[in-house]
Amino acid sequence: MSQNHDLDPAQDVVRRAIALNEENGLAGLKAWKATHPGQLAIGHMPIYVPRPLLEAMNCLPVAVFGGGEKEIVRGDSYFQSYICHIPRSTIELGLAGALADLDGMIFPAICDVIRNLCGMWQMLFPHVYCAYLDVPQNFRPEVGGQFYRRELERISKELVARGTTPWSTRSLRQAIRVENERRAALERLTAIRHREPWRVPASEAYLLTRAGSALFAAEHRNLIEAYLEAIPQRTRCGRDNVRVVLVGAFCEQPPLTLIRNLERAGCDIVEDDLQLGFTYLDGAIDEDSPDPLDALVRAFLEKGTATASRYIGNDEKGAALVRRVRRAGADGVIFAAASFCDPALLDQPMLEAALEKAAIPYTSFKFAESTGQFQVIREQAGAFSDAVRLWEAAP
Amino acid sequence: MTLNTSVQKSQATVAPVPKDDSQKRQKRMIADHFDRLARAKEDGRKVVYTFVPGNLTELISAFEMLPVLPEINALQSGMRGKSGGYISEAERAGHSEDVCSYVKCDLGMLKSGNIGPTGKVLPKPDLLLLSYTGCFTFMKWFEILQQEYRCPVVMLHVPYQAEGRITDEMRDYVVQQLISEVIPAMEQVSGRKLDAATLEEKMRLSARAENALVRVWESARHRPSPIDGYFGGVYYIGPIFSAFRGTTDAVLYYEELAAEVEDRIARGEGPTTPDGPLGPERYRLVVEGPPNWTSFNEFWRMFSRERAVIVASTYTRVGGLYDLGFRHSPADPIRSLADYCLGCYTNRSLPSRVDLLEKYIRDYAADGFLINSVKSCNSFSAGQLLILRELEKRTGVPGGFIESDLVDPRYFGRANVENRLQSYLQMLDSRRSSRAAP
Repeated sequence: MSQNHDLDPAQDVVRRAIALNEENGLAGLKAWKATHPGQLAIGHMPIYVPRPLLEAMNCLPVAVFGGGEKEIVRGDSYFQSYICHIPRSTIELGLAGALADLDGMIFPAICDVIRNLCGMWQMLFPHVYCAYLDVPQNFRPEVGGQFYRRELERISKELVARGTTPWSTRSLRQAIRVENERRAALERLTAIRHREPWRVPASEAYLLTRAGSALFAAEHRNLIEAYLEAIPQRTRCGRDNVRVVLVGAFCEQPPLTLIRNLERAGCDIVEDDLQLGFTYLDGAIDEDSPDPLDALVRAFLEKGTATASRYIGNDEKGAALVRRVRRAGADGVIFAAASFCDPALLDQPMLEAALEKAAIPYTSFKFAESTGQFQVIREQAGAFSDAVRLWEAAP
Repeated sequence: MTLNTSVQKSQATVAPVPKDDSQKRQKRMIADHFDRLARAKEDGRKVVYTFVPGNLTELISAFEMLPVLPEINALQSGMRGKSGGYISEAERAGHSEDVCSYVKCDLGMLKSGNIGPTGKVLPKPDLLLLSYTGCFTFMKWFEILQQEYRCPVVMLHVPYQAEGRITDEMRDYVVQQLISEVIPAMEQVSGRKLDAATLEEKMRLSARAENALVRVWESARHRPSPIDGYFGGVYYIGPIFSAFRGTTDAVLYYEELAAEVEDRIARGEGPTTPDGPLGPERYRLVVEGPPNWTSFNEFWRMFSRERAVIVASTYTRVGGLYDLGFRHSPADPIRSLADYCLGCYTNRSLPSRVDLLEKYIRDYAADGFLINSVKSCNSFSAGQLLILRELEKRTGVPGGFIESDLVDPRYFGRANVENRLQSYLQMLDSRRSSRAAP
């Protein structure tokens, strides 16, 4: 068995992805800071922050997804038991000095907890740059677009005041071009998961995607492309698994072991909304716009994915999920929301109603990033997988 | 006989506490409003569902439309002992135990026939005015209601004051939405054009009521305080946070209330509680967070029995921080409405919430401050433990922490809440004694 594993053509790139995921994705940050004196590393919380803008200013964007399974020593004393886990583990990282190499943090508008976490950051770390990015819920260019542009201009100015270089039309266009390439590479990865999920387990796709948390888009693109080159040579065979779309874990991330347990329970996760920020835009940003900041703004307004933190009425979110399921050729949906995650849990009944209408089976459970017991979830996923197979087999 | 039965018996024998004229007036106003709602369809009046923070009551009534506030329906269901059943109904329909109980209570009420607090059926909305101010859940709430009612929704996105101030960019964004989205939607639903003079007059009336409300809040600087600014305060905010801002009724109510409060000051009287006058004031407290509604009077009595009076509270500012100087202005109504929405308490950053609480503790000479942290409301609750630490550090005044919920009766632990409160008040006593010791 170990010999087979050694022969995996994607082994090296997967190992690199695992290494980049060490220390909650911050493993390479200290080294980067040491080799890039004067450049800023800017952390950001989920879901979406326009990373090309930071790159165009020579800043390293760093996606912070909390502390995962890290033991919480002090973070719990800042939150009541009925608040989700990611803010307490993020505070823990901050207090423990694990984010000390970050020159700032951006908190995008996603929910009240992340919003208030921004205020807590201002109070706990008063000397660190801290910005709240209020993304618009009005999607008309002359109203919400104008507001969003001003938000981006404000953050740009604040970062320049902290010593980074201002973006130029050229640098922003270049950053957008590379971001599009990264996005395209991730789309190719997803296409293979749709087509041949046995070649790309979701747990590996997760590692590959999350490895980009503290990488410039070009490096991340290279990593994914190296993986894409290697996997066609894999000789694995398909299994009689059910194909599922995983929904609801767009902010707080489940432990990797949970994803592996779902796979072991007979579920090929052919699509998901994990680490949604990397794939938040449905399609490319305009690379040729004479006004690249406007291109970033329009991409958010026009191509933002139908997710819980975005106001979308008229059943569109449910319809979008049904389309995703169809496009992915999935048999069903697994809702996996973080406990006490308002956006995911308030959305879920509406999404369930759309699935019921489309006769798409689903199951649901809740998790915390620190979840350590998977037996119940594995059994539930196994039962779901069996039920879907029986459903399919029914005359 | 259990203790509870004995308490109930003794309460049953107590003569009802006489109501002030302002209380009687408020009761009439609210009953009339629900009558108007019950007749809305036959009278041809359109109905707008909206939220308390960032409500646009003057604008709604300028179009002769009637507001319904689902949060207020939910809290009234809580006070009437109905919320537990409504919440169960929503949870059976798939809504998570983890999320806001106001939402579930509202949905359960809808599924159970949408009977309002006066026993009459509430009309369906003609428009959902989603004023997304200071609470993320509002957005999801109206997405859900839109699926239930299949009526138009207009979204007003109010940016968050993350830096503790209103910027020109924020104001412009809200003004643009009011002009290009909200007013046209109201014109379409109501079938009439906005009359600028009507709106200006309503803004003028709002400012008069707000002046009087500030007199009421600030009366608590006196010793003894003539009001309870939390338990009593939630009754005072009833008209101005719901359907009556911008009306003559509201002006009359608040001017009458302010006069009654000032009479109490002249007589050296404290506030009235559910069981009558408070008696000599023993503790002056500031409270952060909404109250529990399912055991509201019981919760109040836990304080009033100890002669603890709440001199200021943040919950009573969710619908407007008039005591910081804001007034609706007829000079530029749209800009003024934008500033109103942006300035509501839960739309303010955590550091500025701490600043406000510190100001209240100092201005109202509080002996302590207490946080009632409710499970349902992350907008209020996330960060409250840091608020507690920071306030203690800045003021040296001890803080207490209680946990409950808005309208889910499963999360009101009577003994737990009372124990915590008792321990906290004992701590205040012991600090007083140690200060008094030579």
